[in-house]
Amino acid sequence: MKVSMTVNGKSVSRDVEPRTLLVHFIREDLALTGTNVGCDTSSCGACTVLINGESVKSCTTLAVQADGADVMTIEGMANEDGTLHPIQKAFQENHGLQCGFCTPGMVMASYSLIKENDHLDEKAVREGLEGNLCRCTGYHNIVKSVLAAASEMGA
Amino acid sequence: MTTISNASSGVIGQPMLRREDPKLLSGEARFTDDLKIPGALWIGLVRSPFANAKIISIDTQDAKASPGIVAVYVASDLQSQWAGPIPSAWQVTPDMKSPAHYPLASGKANYVGDPVAVVVGNSPSEVADAVALVDVSYEELPAVVDLEEALTDANVIHEELGTNKCYVWELNPNPQGIEDAFKSAAHVVKERYIQQRLIPAAMEPRSVAVVPSPMGGDYTLYSATQIPHILKVMTALTVGISESKIRVIAPSVGGGFGSKLDVYPEELLCLALARKHKVPVRWTEERTEGAQATIQGRGQVQYIELAADKDGKLLGVRADIIADMGGYQQLITAGVPLLGAFLYHGAYHTPTYAFKCTGVYTNKTPTDAYRGAGRPEATYAIERAMDSLAKAAGVDPAEIRRRNFIPTESFPYNSPAGLVFDSGNYGPNLDQALAAVGYDALRAEQEKRRAEGSTKHLGIGLSFFVEMCGLAPSRVLASLNYAAGGWESATVRILPTSKVQVVTGTAPHGQGHETVWSMIVADKLGISVDDIEVLHSDTSIAPHGMDTYGSRSLSVGGSAIHIATERVLEKAQKIAAHLLEASEDDLEYQGGTFSVKGSPDKTMPLAAIAFEAFTAHNLPDGVEPNLEASTTWDPPNFTFPFGSHIAVVEVDEETGKVDLLRYMAVDDCGPRVNPMIVEGQIHGGLAQGIGQALYEEAVYDSAGNLLNATFADYLLPSAAELPTFELGNTVTPSPTNPLGVKGIGEAGAIASPPAVMNAVVDALSHIGTIQIEMPASPERVWKAIQAVRA
Repeated sequence: MKVSMTVNGKSVSRDVEPRTLLVHFIREDLALTGTNVGCDTSSCGACTVLINGESVKSCTTLAVQADGADVMTIEGMANEDGTLHPIQKAFQENHGLQCGFCTPGMVMASYSLIKENDHLDEKAVREGLEGNLCRCTGYHNIVKSVLAAASEMGA
Repeated sequence: MTTISNASSGVIGQPMLRREDPKLLSGEARFTDDLKIPGALWIGLVRSPFANAKIISIDTQDAKASPGIVAVYVASDLQSQWAGPIPSAWQVTPDMKSPAHYPLASGKANYVGDPVAVVVGNSPSEVADAVALVDVSYEELPAVVDLEEALTDANVIHEELGTNKCYVWELNPNPQGIEDAFKSAAHVVKERYIQQRLIPAAMEPRSVAVVPSPMGGDYTLYSATQIPHILKVMTALTVGISESKIRVIAPSVGGGFGSKLDVYPEELLCLALARKHKVPVRWTEERTEGAQATIQGRGQVQYIELAADKDGKLLGVRADIIADMGGYQQLITAGVPLLGAFLYHGAYHTPTYAFKCTGVYTNKTPTDAYRGAGRPEATYAIERAMDSLAKAAGVDPAEIRRRNFIPTESFPYNSPAGLVFDSGNYGPNLDQALAAVGYDALRAEQEKRRAEGSTKHLGIGLSFFVEMCGLAPSRVLASLNYAAGGWESATVRILPTSKVQVVTGTAPHGQGHETVWSMIVADKLGISVDDIEVLHSDTSIAPHGMDTYGSRSLSVGGSAIHIATERVLEKAQKIAAHLLEASEDDLEYQGGTFSVKGSPDKTMPLAAIAFEAFTAHNLPDGVEPNLEASTTWDPPNFTFPFGSHIAVVEVDEETGKVDLLRYMAVDDCGPRVNPMIVEGQIHGGLAQGIGQALYEEAVYDSAGNLLNATFADYLLPSAAELPTFELGNTVTPSPTNPLGVKGIGEAGAIASPPAVMNAVVDALSHIGTIQIEMPASPERVWKAIQAVRA
């Protein structure tokens, strides 16, 4: 089947098997390997991307379901000049990542969490990121990172 | 001269941000599965659905005919590929029994997930389709699941061994003394604890890709591994390819926690099949597959006995444990429990000590190292038993620990198990933690809730841990029959362009070695960290290494870098003295520049010396060209970090639910090179240890089926379950390495399970002494409460 969508601001169009998951489309057809696959039960959130501005686990979505959508992956987060987005910057400044495998999904989930909430506090961040697993950081510095980013972004 | 090489420019101790991060944050980092390898074939494993079963026949016809499939192999098809079995590096006793273990099982499958056939095809989806078409006929046998039942040999898993017992390893330096201690004791505590099996669950699933060189004969093996160097040696031995023809690269690796400290069937199959098919061959694990196909951690039944005098001072500690090997040996399966053999007396002085471990095979996934490896188990047993002793002696848990601490003046301390604890200062560390958490106020709050008849009880749990890190002095490993050494290598090379290359044998997978190793060199050389590049995890670039595990990388690998940097600086000083026409002793070194004392205009920057060393036009006699030094450092001893951890929980008597309200950790890992990274390591370890205490367990049914193989069923803690951690620290340097550092990678996972469990027991102590095992799920807590009330 043919699918067309905008990914990180660029129009893409490919023929795919109907069973192709969005995450495989992104990783294999588009060679954007920042989006990771960490589980097979939609539990870990390593594959989180934005579809029309909302965070979605791309392992639970068929590529064809995103036909016509505006998709953003971690590769699209940095500013035009290559500098890091405030969320990415906050993760570095607060040591919010170690091995970095969950990080792209964590950043994308944080993006929509910050956009969708005016007044984030620690509890809201912890509950808001419940669907994204990290095995390295104990979440302590991820929570700090998201609160710092929210503050920077004026949330 | 020594004054120069001892110089520090204050970089060590700074919370420097990680240079690893921008690539990881922007999606540019490449994990093994991210690598684009044109023309690669994929493999998929057909795995046994039975825990213990004879393989009667395997029909591969339909799979072979499936679209995109190149070949399907069973064990007998590939037997000629192997020069040896899957390696086990730790024969802990001369009579230890090990079954033959090859990448594909033949004759019999010994755990659910044991691979019995491999499908080779053009894409992962075509391979997955064909795996389902392989028709295996099994004769199911009774599964051996329970450890103590396994020891009865009622059903023997490996007939050729004649028993399920793998080994008995004993340490009993004073048998009469310990008998006497228990006879004369005023208090004897006897406990039985279960160390449940845990799924390591590194976020990146395992992945491997083997690419034959286009020139033929050589192979590059990319793997999500913690041990590229060990893997190179082991794959060479197992697949029968000269070691010099295998290059192992660990790209970005997404966590390990011990689960990637192994040599797996899939790595060996990809290498052998790349050789056979003469094309790249690759594999990436699926998460649910990995729950069975990647090693699990812990898995012990522990018996611990304490003998103490009337004041609660220890007279003897005796531990007798049964350790679950699973269906086979993996790389260091048998030795993992023995890494705790010397630590069942914890931070406490005891005149007598005995330890015994019986290894046993079961029809479950093999166990191996998981964060802490042997030391969390030991710490759990002694720290929970110390709380029982406190109760028996009628003193506060903090006081019982204080009374028994190894006295500060006893260090270096000759332990009753035969180790030398390098340094320690336990009392002040505990005092700091108690003060920081507000121990007395918490006890008052606990009393108040009880007096008010609240059904939500407050529990305060202490755990004081000491562990052994910095694996390891090679001679000590020899005495434990480990098949390798514990050294680490380093090269520091100042290039003609003045950039510095640091080559390390460590293999980071989230620990930030690039940042920290450059800090060690920058500190000594007085140059910017930005001028330093750290090369690692590629056996062609860093040929010698013992890799990353056991909280060893800083104390062993970092020390090697420190020493190599000193040597480079000493050589630079000789060249500087020659060029500046001064005596070496008259030189000073600061900010990357040599100068002659008293002649501030006579200076020479390190960059200029590097260039002189490169051109070699004007070097002093006897000094070789190029500015570089290498060293291989073998630590003289383990390091012994310690700390006080305090958990505060709320237990709802009506539901059994445990909420972790606060967690205080005061760790002493010696000086902290990068405190930000040290704290990050503690946070992560705590989450894993708290996971063990409250949420995680690989649950097997009586038929040997893993019931919670998915992330939907296996409860990894999320952000919502954990509190913000409260950290403090004390600094007691180790005298056994030049940086004085001790190691921090595993401390959190070691200390936290007993702290949390002691808190749960403490919360309910006014109701009775509850008997409860990890994980302390609401159901278990509620049942334990009902049991004491009945």
